[in-house]
Amino acid sequence: MSSRRRLATALGGLAFAASALAAELPSADRRSGYDFMSRETRAMQDDDTANPAMLWVLEGGALWTRKAGAAGRACADCHGDARATMKGVAARHPSFDPARGRPVNLEQRINACRTDRQGAPPLAYESRELLALAAYVARQSRGQPIEVAIDPRTQPFLEAGRATYHRRQGQLNLACSQCHDANWGRQLAGNVIPQAHPSGYPLYRLEWQGLGSLQRRLRNCLVGIRAEPYEYGAPELVQLELYLMWRARGMTFEAPAVRP
Amino acid sequence: MASALINVPPRVKRGEIIEIKTLISHTMETGFRRTQLGALIPRDIIRRFTCTYNGTEVFRAELHPAISANPFIVFSTIAVESGTLEFHWTGDNGFSVSQSTAILVE
Repeated sequence: MSSRRRLATALGGLAFAASALAAELPSADRRSGYDFMSRETRAMQDDDTANPAMLWVLEGGALWTRKAGAAGRACADCHGDARATMKGVAARHPSFDPARGRPVNLEQRINACRTDRQGAPPLAYESRELLALAAYVARQSRGQPIEVAIDPRTQPFLEAGRATYHRRQGQLNLACSQCHDANWGRQLAGNVIPQAHPSGYPLYRLEWQGLGSLQRRLRNCLVGIRAEPYEYGAPELVQLELYLMWRARGMTFEAPAVRP
Repeated sequence: MASALINVPPRVKRGEIIEIKTLISHTMETGFRRTQLGALIPRDIIRRFTCTYNGTEVFRAELHPAISANPFIVFSTIAVESGTLEFHWTGDNGFSVSQSTAILVE
């Protein structure tokens, strides 16, 4: 490669890096995935008696008061009435866990409570019980603004998440930002590309015929660009979650949502 | 764990047409899918849904494999008298769920 070509490539790379950063969405342009859905799917989310995710919320409400583990304690024994104590909690996750020295998402927080306080085994990722509890907790934050705490402890994880979001990966060599920042609102096959704001997780996805977490969605996207997906609970996924929630800061939390 | 969500207006006027919404948790496995090893996943669906109003059947539906998971069934009836609406879902593998809701007709 001649030095001139090498320079041109380097400049091209710089130009792309600059455009990727400049393309970060201005807050006035941000739209929830809800705004890209059909009228019928919106109606399904808006009506609690038509929203299938409410079946998980119902189940989570029962699990909230059920005693579990060696300590013989239920969630409600410490946290009381979830409608008051869990208000806004899901909209603040992932949040920093001093004991683990890193941010944890809502599912990991529930499991930490199970192992540390209830003396119960952690629930498997995407298991019905964990999704039900997460949906029940998340339901209490509906209508609250998304607000993850960014401080010196979480800043490095936010930057790592941002780097993952802007890094090209997989056989298709795509970065998250190339679809969700640069081409949102346009079509990818038959679907509209949303802006990737995680405002309603865990949510009921019609394609899944069930409830799923944000990590399930992220792994889906990674498979879509033919990258090897990170394992459930991997720090990389939590960092990405943290970045996405920060990116959606101030937007209304709408869990449990419905998506096509 | 089988759970159902039912929405019936709690207070209605006599002779009014009321809308009843039901949502039940069920996988509705079609019986046509296979595992990665090629083994057929046996069918597991809800076959029948009935609603009785003070003992009289007012709505019945037969369900088939093409119906999606967590069936959402909406129908209407005429409010004739106060009492109870009973809902009953039955299906494969001995699936049977009953739930009832009170209705007050003024």
